[in-house]
Amino acid sequence: MNSPVPTDPVIRLTEVNKHYGNFHALRDVSLEVAKGEKIIICGPSGSGKSTLIRCINRIERHDSGEILVDGHRLTGDTKDVAAIRREVGMVFQSFNLFPHMTILENCTIAPRKSRGLGKAEAEERAMHYLTKVRIPDQAGKYPGQLSGGQQQRVAIARALCMQPRVMLFDEPTSALDPEMVKEVLDTMVELAEEGMTMLCVTHEMGFARQVADRVIFMDRGEKIEEAAPGAFFTNPQSPRAREFLQQVIH
Amino acid sequence: MFDVLFQPAIDGQLYIQWLLSGLMWTLLLAVGGWWIAFAIGVLVGVGRTSRNRAVALAARLYVEVFRNIPVLVQMFLWYFVLPELLPTGLGDRIKQMPPPWGAFFPALACLGLYTAARIAEQVRAGIEALPAGQDEAAAALGLSPWAARRHIIVPQALRLIVPSLTSEVMGIYKNTSVALTIGLLELTAQARQISEATFQTFGAFAAATIIYLLLALVAYRLMLWIDRRFQIPGSAPARKARRLPILRRGGAL
Repeated sequence: MNSPVPTDPVIRLTEVNKHYGNFHALRDVSLEVAKGEKIIICGPSGSGKSTLIRCINRIERHDSGEILVDGHRLTGDTKDVAAIRREVGMVFQSFNLFPHMTILENCTIAPRKSRGLGKAEAEERAMHYLTKVRIPDQAGKYPGQLSGGQQQRVAIARALCMQPRVMLFDEPTSALDPEMVKEVLDTMVELAEEGMTMLCVTHEMGFARQVADRVIFMDRGEKIEEAAPGAFFTNPQSPRAREFLQQVIH
Repeated sequence: MFDVLFQPAIDGQLYIQWLLSGLMWTLLLAVGGWWIAFAIGVLVGVGRTSRNRAVALAARLYVEVFRNIPVLVQMFLWYFVLPELLPTGLGDRIKQMPPPWGAFFPALACLGLYTAARIAEQVRAGIEALPAGQDEAAAALGLSPWAARRHIIVPQALRLIVPSLTSEVMGIYKNTSVALTIGLLELTAQARQISEATFQTFGAFAAATIIYLLLALVAYRLMLWIDRRFQIPGSAPARKARRLPILRRGGAL
């Protein structure tokens, strides 16, 4: 495994384990992510890739091992968890926008209630990021009135409104109609080009080639391979990665 | 049939004034009790879903106690038993409250807290019916559990349970009639008084029945209005279409 060793890790996982009952979802996973790095995590379904990034902002609790995010160690301490969640943005497969709030309110609620921003400042910031994802004109609408691609771009803007240091993407395009995948990926590429630290679970291998600094391949809860995208796609080391790539790249 | 209502009673009033006075107490009791029930019901319902075990257990205990004792028994407990359990001074002051209030406040507490237990269970069901992603998204954005419930979870849960809350609204005003057992002269008690004074049992209770039915209709229309008023734009379009088939000429709305 010829991965570059990050000098200034924003995220460091050391031998993390996670069980769901008898199912061993993560097995001794270690990972370091430097500031500005883009990591793509791929692998067959049930391999633990979603669980891995959901442990980073403690949407899931890990059982053993250590997770450090931006200098905070993830334990049961609610203050540390809150601090980490403010610095780590997350985009979900199913968008999870708040349906009873307008797009603008979706983007201002967290900055106002958890960062303590005033209404005007929060709205100004929200409009800035909505402009960035190219839907400022939808600010007054409700999520149910938008297309899937638009909703996911709002979800990205909503996360960015907290001005996080790291963005986690959990299969952000898997629930989208094919014609909407590109608009979301374009937004993510722009974000990557601006230097955001990103961890992205995805099957979009074209996107992975384009932005990834490293690709991580997982299977059955284990980190099997970790390599630069060029090396991973042209010359996967493990048979399981080879098999997986044959299935996703047509 | 309703001639009796316009005959003078021994106190110089018309019997219909007795009935309207009863209606006023019924409404005061129902509306006052509803707000108590709603406020406590939402808090206890949220408590039922708390991850804090002590809070969840306390909320569960509240629901089991207040929901499983018959309203009539609870009415007697508030009226007859509570003043005896309190320190003598306080108990005596409760017993010496002037006539309508001495029965009104125990009835208000009884109906409010009983209905709260029922509402709490519906709030819990509403919260549990929401997709887990809502909680996760709120948490991922750094919202505290309290802020997530206040701004994300409860507003959505309440919208879900408006239909079942409608039956609670109707339930509480029907249950106000139980207050006659502790001497509150609400609608049913007044109908009974008219019946006893005039022997026009049919006319007196028919009038009360019609008033109860009209109240039910008003409550129903009100809840329907609330349901529409708080409907989330862009959600459940099928329901709207079904309601207004005539307006959709040729399918164009």
